[in-house]
Amino acid sequence: MSLIDSVSLPRNFRLPRVDGLVQWIVPLAIIAIWQVASVTGFVPVRVLPAPSDVALAGWKLLLSGELIRNIWVSFWRASIGFLIGGSIGFAFGLANGLSQLSAKLTDTTLQMVRNVPHLALIPLVILWFGIDESAKLFLVALGVFFPIYLNTLHGIRTVDPQLIEMGRIYGMSDGELFRRVIFPGALPSIFVGIRFALGIMWLTLIVAETIAASSGLGYMAMQAREFMLIDVVVLSILIYALLGKLADSASRVLERLTLSWHPAFQKR
Amino acid sequence: MQTALRTSLPETELASRANFAPAARVAREDRQERQVHTSGLPLSIRGLRKSFGDNEVLRGIDLHIPAGQFVAIVGKSGCGKSTLLRLIAGLEKIDAGSISFGDAAIQPEDIRVMFQEPRLLPWARVLSNVEVGLGRDRSSGDAHARAEKALTEVGLVDKRDQWPSVLSGGQKQRVALARALVSRPRVLAFDEPLGALDALTRISMQRLLERVWRDQGFTAILVTHDVAEAVALADRVLVIDEGRVAHDVMVNVARPRERGSAELASLEGSILSHLLSADDRT
Ligand SMILES: Nc1ncnc2c1ncn2[C@@H]1O[C@H](COP(=O)(O)OP(=O)(O)OP(=O)(O)O)[C@@H](O)[C@H]1O
Ligand SMILES: [Mg+2]
Repeated sequence: MSLIDSVSLPRNFRLPRVDGLVQWIVPLAIIAIWQVASVTGFVPVRVLPAPSDVALAGWKLLLSGELIRNIWVSFWRASIGFLIGGSIGFAFGLANGLSQLSAKLTDTTLQMVRNVPHLALIPLVILWFGIDESAKLFLVALGVFFPIYLNTLHGIRTVDPQLIEMGRIYGMSDGELFRRVIFPGALPSIFVGIRFALGIMWLTLIVAETIAASSGLGYMAMQAREFMLIDVVVLSILIYALLGKLADSASRVLERLTLSWHPAFQKR
Repeated sequence: MQTALRTSLPETELASRANFAPAARVAREDRQERQVHTSGLPLSIRGLRKSFGDNEVLRGIDLHIPAGQFVAIVGKSGCGKSTLLRLIAGLEKIDAGSISFGDAAIQPEDIRVMFQEPRLLPWARVLSNVEVGLGRDRSSGDAHARAEKALTEVGLVDKRDQWPSVLSGGQKQRVALARALVSRPRVLAFDEPLGALDALTRISMQRLLERVWRDQGFTAILVTHDVAEAVALADRVLVIDEGRVAHDVMVNVARPRERGSAELASLEGSILSHLLSADDRT
């Protein structure tokens, strides 16, 4: 009976669900092997606690409210820093992509600043802001700025000049030309910038929180290290991985929605 | 619009009388019938010059095209055909001389160009791509209806909600044609619009071009590499050489024309020999 049902279902009905599961097979298998290795004593618990222990530690922290609070703090820092750095990067990318004058004025300076690794500024930032929120936001914003700036600029500069000429021939005003031709043309490149920036955002935040913070996931991990709570350390790392994956998925969904015209996103 | 039409008619009359004097009575009667409801603009070019740096591309083009005429422009590569077209369309600045469109006050929407590449916006559905052609009327209430009508004319109304990327090369070019037609232009300039298409698609596109030209009566200026295409479609073929109109050949063959007929073939031969002799000199 069930066999007949599944056969009569259109193929494409089942495919996405299977696809969604397939990507989780490997992580789940790793966890299973890990659990077995810990329980049999193959991997000493002092080196790597069993997944069940990590889950237990997570459960305890969840009950105490500490976990949620720290995740929230980190998430908040990441998003605000991303928004600030991203919007400034986007604005500069637009300005320098659209106006020769603006590009001449600022591009060289920005390229010079870009060559300084932003994490090298941590000591300076701590001197400026202490271990205040603004220190973390500043670092994240700075890290996110460049990928978004560079890719927005690149996207706008590489919009097909024939399309721009077409827009002019058909009497588009500057605003309309931007809305209908330049911005949509630059969008794929802007998304590349966003994906890059999301990676840098987490990296910056982890480093900043482990070095200079009194809350957040990185701080939680550092605290746990002091008290030798290795299960909490591993838990923080796993949560970082999950949050990173989540941000990436979110940007993919957004990309799929806005770039549905793109041949790469059709019928898949 | 009405006054423009009336003032442009006598001039057309004169020009066509001058041009058509001896041969092809049939063709002339045919076109005069059409001119009653023509919406084309006559085009006069006087002493037109254009250089890029030291490169003197156009060295004094003198040309009159009566309203509604279908003119083909041929010439060897780099002789300035595209430049001439871009000047007519107002995409380049004129160095010297003048281009005028009768006495009528022209709107930007009256003159349209179609290029070898369709230049469709990949992120806009077929229908919105056609709406782009409406120019300043894009936001008017009947924009959808007008775009749909233009799509129907090129036989692609069932693709209205598709992305351009799923269309074939010929279909994309038809959408580009619909976009050029939607504002009811009075001069339509084509820069090798069929250059990138395969032979069969080319022929069906040529038929389509001829049909919309007959239906709408715009003045058509077609730049092409294909002399057979030029004699099959045009009333008149201009050969450009050394920055001037070197030959001005009337194609007085009745429509519908039979492809590969002896008449067209001999015309094609003589135009080709003009082109080749120009080539030998350089
Ligand atoms: N924007 C430009 N700047 C400099 N030179 C140009 C420019 N546009 C055209 N030219 C030059 O003008 C000459 C004529 O070019 P044009 O494109 O009009 O030739 P064409 O007859 O259309 O050739 P083809 O048949 O190959 O398309 C060429 O020598 C070209 O290099
Ligand atoms: Mg050309």
